[in-house]
Amino acid sequence: MVTSTAIITLIQRAILQGIPILYGSTGEILTEKSGNLNLGIPGIMYVGGISGVIGAFLYEESLRDGGTVNAFLAVFIPMICTIIGSLLMGLIYCFLTVTLRANQNVTGLAMTTFGVGFGNFFGASLVSLTDSDIPSVALTKTSAYFRVTLPFAETTGWFGKVFLSYGFMTYLAIIIAVLCAIFLKRTKGGLHLRAVGENPATADAAGINVERSKYLATCIGSIIAGLGGLFYVMDYANGVWSNEGFGDRGWLAIALVIFAIWKPDFAIFGSILFGGLYIVYLFIPGLALSTQELFKMLPYIVTIIVLIIVSARNKRENQPPGYLGLPYFREER
Amino acid sequence: MSKKQKTHEPLFHIAKRDSLPWYYSWAIRIIAIILALMVSALLTLFLTDENPISIFSTMIDGAFGSSRRIWNLLQNIAILLCVSLALTPAFKMRFWNIGGEGQVLIGGLATAACMICLGGKIPNTLLILLMIISSIAAGAIWAVIPAIFKAKYNTNETLFTLMMNYVGIQLVSYFVNIWEVPKGSGTIGIINQTNQEGWLPVIGEYDYLLNVIVVLVITVLMYLYLKYSKHGYEISVVGESENTAKYIGINVKKVIIRTMLLSGAVCGIAGLLLVGGTNHTITTTTANNRGFTAIMVSWLAKFNPIYMIFTTFLLVFLERGANEISTVFRLNQSFSDIITGIILFFIIGSEFFINYQIKFHTRKEVK
Repeated sequence: MVTSTAIITLIQRAILQGIPILYGSTGEILTEKSGNLNLGIPGIMYVGGISGVIGAFLYEESLRDGGTVNAFLAVFIPMICTIIGSLLMGLIYCFLTVTLRANQNVTGLAMTTFGVGFGNFFGASLVSLTDSDIPSVALTKTSAYFRVTLPFAETTGWFGKVFLSYGFMTYLAIIIAVLCAIFLKRTKGGLHLRAVGENPATADAAGINVERSKYLATCIGSIIAGLGGLFYVMDYANGVWSNEGFGDRGWLAIALVIFAIWKPDFAIFGSILFGGLYIVYLFIPGLALSTQELFKMLPYIVTIIVLIIVSARNKRENQPPGYLGLPYFREER
Repeated sequence: MSKKQKTHEPLFHIAKRDSLPWYYSWAIRIIAIILALMVSALLTLFLTDENPISIFSTMIDGAFGSSRRIWNLLQNIAILLCVSLALTPAFKMRFWNIGGEGQVLIGGLATAACMICLGGKIPNTLLILLMIISSIAAGAIWAVIPAIFKAKYNTNETLFTLMMNYVGIQLVSYFVNIWEVPKGSGTIGIINQTNQEGWLPVIGEYDYLLNVIVVLVITVLMYLYLKYSKHGYEISVVGESENTAKYIGINVKKVIIRTMLLSGAVCGIAGLLLVGGTNHTITTTTANNRGFTAIMVSWLAKFNPIYMIFTTFLLVFLERGANEISTVFRLNQSFSDIITGIILFFIIGSEFFINYQIKFHTRKEVK
């Protein structure tokens, strides 16, 4: 029997699953709109997550001699670390692909190798490297501040559970996605950025600084994606880092970009749907373990179907940016 | 005095180079690798307080330290080279097949299916023959699905092949759950351990010699195919310009589908060698990210199968060396990924200095 409680729990868990993917894909949409296909997103999300963990860890360590946790610092330090970490990753990608005109696919994959390795390495060796005497990284104190829910979440029944029971980063993800959607659709800057992704030569001729647009979009995109890693560790995983725990969510984020046909506002709903598809097997009673594995294919299969439909219908507004994945070199026309 | 020149004159500009002599471009790459190794050594130094010489000697020891390690190195080179060769014709056509991971796994899955379902029921020779056919077919099918849609609707192949990887991984995961031995372990264990049905033959006493020979043969064939066959020529033309290809009467759609069939088939062989000739089992990580590493191998070698032997050697050596560092200095295994990443960044960046030159402007007197 599927009860209403089960449905509410499913929605709640789907949103929690979807938010890291939403961060990742909002960042990637912004990046792809500038013509950069950044396959380093999974790596960037790992780096974002672990940078926040390192920040929070050092902060908690500094308080071990009996200090009290300051709510502002507990949130601010991990966040700023995440921003710096993922910004650096974005800069590496831009420097290689925009300034040095390297192949985007190769650079992105190298970033993913590096980023995942970086995350797992520091996640596993943080304790031994800092000569700390705690057994593992469990940042429950700082994590608690990430998990503060909105008021009335407990008292308003199903409404509170579905809409109010999340940490602030959940709402931040949605706000960022909406802002990106407005930026891309309604502002001059967004128009310029889209022009760069569609045809950098034309944009260049129109006086838009192509290199700067690409740098800005990709770096801001990286920061947004990195926040997804931070959300995953500090909110979803209660501040406990586990290696490979983040799994393939980075690739799901790239899948979601296609599913949302490069529109951040679609990505909000898409992420919840993806989150739901990711865990729906837990809510279908009597599934064999093997069948559960088949269910985990769903987000990817849905993405492939969307990809095919979008290309088959060939509607202009639903296509990937025209110069996606291609380098731009002014003197090579 | 004339009016002041108001136009902004940049300090330098970048121009494309004519082709460099090969020794020059390799010198640039070697400098990049040395720089990368220095950065990696600094990082290791920072984390372990060991001196750089002992770090490098540990790397070399990890790769060549014993005959077992050398064979391991050769085996890893063979498989990675096989996947890289598989992806190369597609890349030459500018079809970004980043689905190697999935194609290898599906090839391996087909091999494992034959071994498990038919092992002991039919003669061993027939079984191995069936394994070969099914792994090639499975890899080819997995690769041709995105190709058909690319040819028909111009569906983005990078994203499509990427998604196919994860469908493949989940499919393997499904069958691992069905075939698991013992029940509840979540793994298959060594297939046909007692009677060795379906294990690829071992030449002499060298476990991996067969793999190495097979891959060497594929390397030579792929080199000849790309360089001297009509198909290879068509691939290059489509890669350079689809419009030119259409104009001179090449059926672009046919070339895309045919090339991807080949690409997937060779990936399938890699799966066969991994499951039938090396591991005798299958897990979701059997391909071990080789589908992705192979992309870098192939690209670094400029899609030339012979150069690929060197680039594969380089990447495998680094990986094994970095693995050894992490074991000896008791660092986490992921350390090798960080080192590999750093070295890749440097090599990727160095390509710029091979393809382009920076021309500094000397300020001219303006009268």
